[in-house]
Amino acid sequence: MLKITDLKFHYQGGPQILKEINFELEEGHFLAILGNNGAGKSTMLKCFNRIITPDAGSIVLNGEEIQKMPVREVAKRIAFVAQMVPNTQMTVHDMVMLGRRPYMQWGFTQEDHRIVHEAMDRLEVTELRGRFLNELSGGERQKVMLARALAQQPRLLLLDEPTSSLDLQNQYQVLQIVQDICHDTGISAIVVIHDLNLALRFCDRFLLMADGAVYRYGDEGVLDREAIWNVYGVHGEVAHVKGRKLVLVD
Amino acid sequence: MKTEKINPDKTAREGEYHKNQVRSVWCLIILGGILGIAVLLSLWSGSYDTPVSELLRGIVNRANDPKINIVVRNVRLPRICTAVVAGAGLGVVGCILQAILNNPLASSSTLGVSQGAGFGAAFAIIALGAAAGGGGTVIISLCAFAGSMAVAFVILGLSKFSKVSSESIVLAGVAISSMFTGATTLLQYFADDVELATLTFWTFGDLGSASWSQIRFMAVVVLLACVYFIIHRWDFNALLAGTETAHSLGIPVRRLIMTGMIVSCFTASTIVSYIGLINFIGLVAPHIVRKLVGNNHVYLIPGSILTGAALLLLGDLFARTAVSPVILPIGAITSFLGAPLFLYLLFKGRRRSC
Repeated sequence: MLKITDLKFHYQGGPQILKEINFELEEGHFLAILGNNGAGKSTMLKCFNRIITPDAGSIVLNGEEIQKMPVREVAKRIAFVAQMVPNTQMTVHDMVMLGRRPYMQWGFTQEDHRIVHEAMDRLEVTELRGRFLNELSGGERQKVMLARALAQQPRLLLLDEPTSSLDLQNQYQVLQIVQDICHDTGISAIVVIHDLNLALRFCDRFLLMADGAVYRYGDEGVLDREAIWNVYGVHGEVAHVKGRKLVLVD
Repeated sequence: MKTEKINPDKTAREGEYHKNQVRSVWCLIILGGILGIAVLLSLWSGSYDTPVSELLRGIVNRANDPKINIVVRNVRLPRICTAVVAGAGLGVVGCILQAILNNPLASSSTLGVSQGAGFGAAFAIIALGAAAGGGGTVIISLCAFAGSMAVAFVILGLSKFSKVSSESIVLAGVAISSMFTGATTLLQYFADDVELATLTFWTFGDLGSASWSQIRFMAVVVLLACVYFIIHRWDFNALLAGTETAHSLGIPVRRLIMTGMIVSCFTASTIVSYIGLINFIGLVAPHIVRKLVGNNHVYLIPGSILTGAALLLLGDLFARTAVSPVILPIGAITSFLGAPLFLYLLFKGRRRSC
């Protein structure tokens, strides 16, 4: 379980970005962090695995205080998929192998190779393992980065706008994979996402942010007309169309 | 008994990775072979006629002709060792600077370290009156080292205290290079003919003037730097995935970049202070290897070491034999031959690099 208590952050000389963030996330849940640009969503995500250090507050994962751990130990528990997917001349296998870096001593063990193969199989990128990353499509590269994150064997998966540069088919595929991972393995996932319909389709927890604070947190019921107006400044509501929930803007 | 159905297409594609690995290892072996051949050619070529068997005996001071012992041990071998050590050092430094600054144009020359050394040498020759040979050479080397380290500290200070981006560091390097080049030109304006000649000769670069003790010191510095870089090979790979991803993999990114910069600048400063300005090796060597083995530092680092050494040695061989017995300036040769090679790599572009 992830427990965030009174999390605060501001950049040096800048305004308060995060104002006393509090919430809890149970194992196996898929949380969408929603809000306008500049609301502090990505900043909050980066506080969770110490890419940036919060000013105050605590981040506790399965009873362990994340701030008191060496970053290498944090990497064994929390994996992060960045918004920018690397486009480098490195093979898919080597990129997924990077996920074993927190466990590596001098070299990689047979166990590391087994875990990397499992991660590649899960994301169905095993057949691409000899290809260079810069030869793949955006969707394939995003799957490779997810496989790399899975190879870390995390208990929490953080995704910063993972679908922002993907086509429709790949957006659905990538989020479906994350949802399956949460259900099958009990790993929790947190995604920063702008597309409310994708969030409604795949996520089961929703955290609405406004001005660096939590506006609402809970299941899909938190996304009502009032919340959409107060967070996004537009009139809209969640409608049921052919058994699916869709956000319709007036 | 459980049987697994084999998909021949999948197996073939999985084999592609092993083929890549085998290819990368073979590339390193071939690069090592080219370096070995370059060493033998450099040992063999020269104005004094030396049969190969005598040459090899001359390395251990056992040649029948005592003159061959002297030629090999006092002239050719120190020159070859200097080229191999300096080339390897410049190659690996270029490779690491390109990784940590995430910029394919980064090298000790583009960061201004070489220009700092040039200013230091100019200061020693013109302001302190140091002459080439004897104690003067030591003063020139020390001042060149101080000049290049001064540039290194300015760049390190900028990245440490101002937290500037990688792009800004490279741009700062370009600005500092320009400043030191200007300062060197100003010093030259007040120099007399002898001082000007001494400085010009130093900036040509010279692989023949380093003593065995200087070569040993350079070798220790380059070796330690290579060991450090090889230990952190997967950390440099992680940087290719972006600094945020690297951080999320438990890598102390800021410390890695600072330490990488310090080790790189110290290694480059040591080399240029002994042998003068040698451009393009640090820039070209990693790019050649990248075309062959990709961006994985497991292969890229040893490849850059071997390629840097081979390029400088072959450049020196060309410099010594092109218009023999005149020895052309190695710094000019590496720039003259390195630039077209770099352009070829740039526009051939079968695969994206860096």
